[in-house]
Amino acid sequence: MESSQADINREIEAAAQQPGGPQPKIDYAPYRSSILRHPKQPAHLVDPESVELWAPVFGHRDVADDEADLTIQHAGTPLGERIVVTGRVLDGDGRPVADQLVEVWQANAAGRYRHQRDQHPAPHDPNFTGVGRMLTGPDGTYRFQTIKPGPYPWRNHVNAWRPAHIHFSIFGSDFTQRLVTQMYFPGDPLFPLDPIYQSITDPKARELLIAQYDHDVTTPEWSTGYRWDIVLTGTHRTPLESDIEEDNA
Amino acid sequence: MSAVPGQTVGPFFHLGLEYDGMNELVPPSHPKAVRLHGHVYDGAGNPVPDAVIEIWQADPQGHIPRRPGSLRRDGWTFTGWGRAATDPDGHYQFATLEPGPTEAGRAPFFAVTVFARGLLDRLFTRAYLPDTPATLSNPSPTAVSADESLGLLAADPLLRAVAPDRRDTLIATRSESALVFDIHLQGERETVFLTYPRLRDAWS
Repeated sequence: MESSQADINREIEAAAQQPGGPQPKIDYAPYRSSILRHPKQPAHLVDPESVELWAPVFGHRDVADDEADLTIQHAGTPLGERIVVTGRVLDGDGRPVADQLVEVWQANAAGRYRHQRDQHPAPHDPNFTGVGRMLTGPDGTYRFQTIKPGPYPWRNHVNAWRPAHIHFSIFGSDFTQRLVTQMYFPGDPLFPLDPIYQSITDPKARELLIAQYDHDVTTPEWSTGYRWDIVLTGTHRTPLESDIEEDNA
Repeated sequence: MSAVPGQTVGPFFHLGLEYDGMNELVPPSHPKAVRLHGHVYDGAGNPVPDAVIEIWQADPQGHIPRRPGSLRRDGWTFTGWGRAATDPDGHYQFATLEPGPTEAGRAPFFAVTVFARGLLDRLFTRAYLPDTPATLSNPSPTAVSADESLGLLAADPLLRAVAPDRRDTLIATRSESALVFDIHLQGERETVFLTYPRLRDAWS
């Protein structure tokens, strides 16, 4: 039998009573798809080897500047609230993660993805794909122009709706920092009902996924603005001989 | 500083994460190309058709590549990084080169990350090269001997620390010109997944 929102809410409440860490519980039954897709054995702790202490290199050969503007990819203007999203990518010691790849994807203003498998009967926007890429600057800053995505239904349970969000894929300065996450918008009434967001049971950690409205990011007579900083895990990195070689090269 | 939590890649990652040539670290026609492939399975043994696998590796000489071009491949620069999505059968594949050991006495491996719909945070693992080097079928004076390679796996600190009955989940098998590495997210043959010091543990 399919669960109702009330069933899910009860499960979310029960899970919130268990002590939670700063990361999502990968074993989180209110998100039904997770039940068979998470490891049950504890992760094996290992010291990273050298290849894991480096990240792939991305450069301007890989990403064109205009890929950071999701509103200019078609002949016409996309519908919806035009926004800028910006922030810094930092490592756990507060150092900027420079020159790394940030990929974003999202639904349109009506809450529909340009994806064959998204059958939510909201309109497609012919002028919006919902995909962007950029490299972080020397101080770790990323910035893109887009349209605020809409919330949308999904089939986790009866009458399930996801809070509006933008998917982020981020590379750190070493491969162990590789992260995929979702950025949410402040004040969304769907937060308490959403098992993906609530899978992070520590409320403070959860709030790290919410962007802040920032009037300084707003562009006059053009778009509103949000700021969201992304802190990756620490690097735990000791200098390698090859670092020194590279510096001398 | 508090790290941002991970979240599932969701069902529509193809939109933002797919691009041409993402799983071809070298062209499949490259004389030394090896096919690294396998299936991703869930706890019921069913294929996972909406997973993303990424690999990061040294080159055959054991050097860690420091070159851009993974997103716009020029056909000859080896960048060491690639991405593959599973197909409806849960199958993924890469065309790449076999990594060499980055440090003397260490067994070579592919660093692997796994993302999927239903998986709330990414997983890390390693795909070690199997004992039998490809060069054995085509012996050359510089080929690594089977004994030497066997010694590397047997001496590897990670593999030694893993329960013997789970060790094989970290080692690819060789079949013709391919390396096969299946990933079990859960179940009897659950892959050994890794965590690192200072990386906040999703299992805590």
